[in-house]
Amino acid sequence: MLVYVLKRLLYAVAILIVISFLVFAIMYKAGDPTELLLPPDATHQDVVALKQYLGLDQPFHVQYWRFLTHAIHGDVGRSFIYGQPALQVVFERLPATLELASTAMLISIILGIPLGVIAAIKPQSFSSQGIMFFSLLGISIPVFWTGMVLVLVFSVILGVLPSSGRGALFYHTSLLTLDGIKHIIMPAITLALFQLALIIRLTRTGMLEVLMEDYIKLARAKGLPRRVVVFVHALKNTLIPVITIIGIQFGQLIAFAIVTETIFAWPGTGKLIIDSIQNLDRPVVVAYLLVVATIFVFINFIVDILYTFVDPRIRVK
Amino acid sequence: MKLHENEFIAEYAESKLAVAGALLFVIFILLALAPSIFSSQNPYDLRQLALKNSFLPPGSGFLLGTDGQGRDILSAILYGLRISLFVGVASTLLSVFIGLLAGLISGYCGGLIDTAIMRLADLQLSFPAILIALIIMALWGQGISKIIIAITVVNWVYYARTARGSVLAEKEKDYVQAAQAMGMRAPVIIIGEIMPNVLAPIIVIATVRIANAIILEATLSFLGLGVPITRPSLGALIANGYQILFSGYWWVSVFPGLVLMLVVLSINLVGDRLRDVMNPRLKR
Amino acid sequence: MELLRVDGLQTHFFTRKGVVRAVDGISFGLKRGEILGLVGESGAGKSITGFSIIRLIDPPGRIVNGKILLEGRNLLELDAGAMDTIRGDHISMIFQDPQTSLNPVLSIGRQLVETICYHRREVSGKEAQARSVEMLRQVGISSPLKRLRSYPHQLSGGMKQRMVIAMALINNPKLLIADEPTTALDVTIQAQILMLMKKLCEQYDSSLVLITHDISVVAQMCHRVAVMYAGRIVEYGKKSDILYNPLHPYTRGLIACLPKLNETRDRLYQIPGVMPSLLDLPAGCYFRNRCPDTGDNCLEYPELRWINGRHVACHRVK
Repeated sequence: MLVYVLKRLLYAVAILIVISFLVFAIMYKAGDPTELLLPPDATHQDVVALKQYLGLDQPFHVQYWRFLTHAIHGDVGRSFIYGQPALQVVFERLPATLELASTAMLISIILGIPLGVIAAIKPQSFSSQGIMFFSLLGISIPVFWTGMVLVLVFSVILGVLPSSGRGALFYHTSLLTLDGIKHIIMPAITLALFQLALIIRLTRTGMLEVLMEDYIKLARAKGLPRRVVVFVHALKNTLIPVITIIGIQFGQLIAFAIVTETIFAWPGTGKLIIDSIQNLDRPVVVAYLLVVATIFVFINFIVDILYTFVDPRIRVK
Repeated sequence: MKLHENEFIAEYAESKLAVAGALLFVIFILLALAPSIFSSQNPYDLRQLALKNSFLPPGSGFLLGTDGQGRDILSAILYGLRISLFVGVASTLLSVFIGLLAGLISGYCGGLIDTAIMRLADLQLSFPAILIALIIMALWGQGISKIIIAITVVNWVYYARTARGSVLAEKEKDYVQAAQAMGMRAPVIIIGEIMPNVLAPIIVIATVRIANAIILEATLSFLGLGVPITRPSLGALIANGYQILFSGYWWVSVFPGLVLMLVVLSINLVGDRLRDVMNPRLKR
Repeated sequence: MELLRVDGLQTHFFTRKGVVRAVDGISFGLKRGEILGLVGESGAGKSITGFSIIRLIDPPGRIVNGKILLEGRNLLELDAGAMDTIRGDHISMIFQDPQTSLNPVLSIGRQLVETICYHRREVSGKEAQARSVEMLRQVGISSPLKRLRSYPHQLSGGMKQRMVIAMALINNPKLLIADEPTTALDVTIQAQILMLMKKLCEQYDSSLVLITHDISVVAQMCHRVAVMYAGRIVEYGKKSDILYNPLHPYTRGLIACLPKLNETRDRLYQIPGVMPSLLDLPAGCYFRNRCPDTGDNCLEYPELRWINGRHVACHRVK
């Protein structure tokens, strides 16, 4: 077991190194930032001096090595806009995004799995068809559209919810204050909708397939009550692949938060990256990519390990 | 065989909703192919626009109203539909082609090539699509061709994986081994014998992913990183009207949004039904 | 009194292509402790018969007619909850493929104990565990206590089937239905499993309906035999009568197919033709198109008649 964990850890680190390389290579190719940093009347000497100072005149692999060693110490440069270390800029806004993504994830799981199970047990019933149509809508509506409609209805027309910003915090979370909840509910639902629909469909399909298996038939042949067959025998088998997907989807949520944060002016990393791309604030873009990549790799790692606990077939022999 | 006697179509048609979806999709395609038929103006031709027509609500001479430049929303939607569909379909076709190729080679050859391609795919899959597309757009600039490339890069992986899985399953089957015994060369076997069997699941996935591609393009355009504003897709149109949404000019954003939703919905209906009909595991 | 009496059972499947008359009017009886062999080729309706008795027929299938009497009680009149109490307790079933019969994510012990606990509320967890261990020992699984914590994928095919048998017999059912229990197993294991089943049935005084396409299995195990063809029974009686003196042409064909040690042949005998599709059954006797001995009255469907100590459905037998 320990060997397996170590193997996955090494794999994760390797992926991170590859990603850092890719990020660096892309940024390298993206062009020369010196022009942005200097006033327009700078002389050629100034340009050369700056390049030397930033180490941009060195060959590629030297630059990459510098980048890597600095990055491990937490230094990926300073934001051109904010003047602070880029990583710090990202980390300041990360909790907001994580809170949004986690809330959305919770909503989609708590609602999604039961709805998916219901839709699978009686596939032809009215409520099932309703749930499935709802889930179809959910994956057909782009995130930004959901956000727009919610804002239109609840902020503009009804005026009951605020259309932007994060609410009052209590112990670093907006979920413990009424104001906070009012601010987070629309962005969270916007972000959660696609995920919710996905989970409903996955759970339903998975459960339908599981219910056709022989061992379910045998469970019925043993006279086990229906609820036991569904919620014990079938559900566990259904959830195993769903858990993997959910884990990976958390990364997607953080990414889609980009759109949601833009619409709701939620002060997270998503808004940051859009602004930084448009403002050509390279260090922040790099910092964001590295942080997000690390989160993804870490999540995949956790999901891998979790999987071995949940599915006895892959438990280490 | 007559159309209504074909078993596949008969089974597909059991769901009225899916039939409606297919019809809707065909209508959209037809509209996109010849937008000039139904639109009263070419919204990109500045000479046809008149500022005095700006911000007219729906019904006042222009069926769906006009935007800030006097552009007829209906016409803008029709032309935008064409761009949205074009980007969606083109990127899907391209990524199917690349993915299929990669998956077939990967599955058939195995070994180092297989590992390399699959590792690449895994790496890419662990990154959310929107981030990858963002990076590509941010670096290489905007434009329809860049968007198509971005979406293609994001999506090829799904087809590669499916194709590879199918190839691995088919590789062991008798007809492949017979072909090998007969001395057929590898590319011939792959294309001639294996590929037809691989196409079925790919078609199902591709149908659904056209919807995804359209949404991705719309999202990028909405963020301002997509198609240029001079030839807006539906997503860009929505973004265009977003700011003025709160001032009460709702029709500029809402109508393109509804159309976008209907397009994607119809594709998903078709894709869903195709998948249910072709899924052997759900039959007994 | 008979333990089980099936009377005029008809189970049909209502598909898009038409009505599949999988089981179309069969009747037989079973006494306590008896072993009945239900024989026939694939598609004859034997498995469906088994599922019908335990009432595990799912849409588009439906039991449309008939009676299934367990100790006089008609099972077809029971509601779902009552039928649940019967399954696993009074009637148990063993499926064909042990690889797919067990839930891969639940432990062996869990799957055994739950069978007891849902039927015998008064039994404590510990007692149920002890009984499970005992049952595993009886089916010949070594280190049964350790095995309780194992998972199905850790067992071999033969062991899995033994486990399924343990689950089926753990509540001492009166009737056991075994659907091709050895077909998916290695030849070397088949005999072991069959002997195990016979021994346990005798020990627990359970009756057994053994569904198989293999006549040699029937020869070893059964007291009585029912031969099915295209959804109906064509011959039914004591094993010795039917196997050593088959009357129905189909039964004779089946037995002729078996290679015999005291015979020399160049080719194995095959019954020519195939069983008719259950969607499109011919008029008259279903076996007519393959029968070596047809006559004019074969155009009328032959009902079962009592001839020479058994039931036979053939006009040509006197």
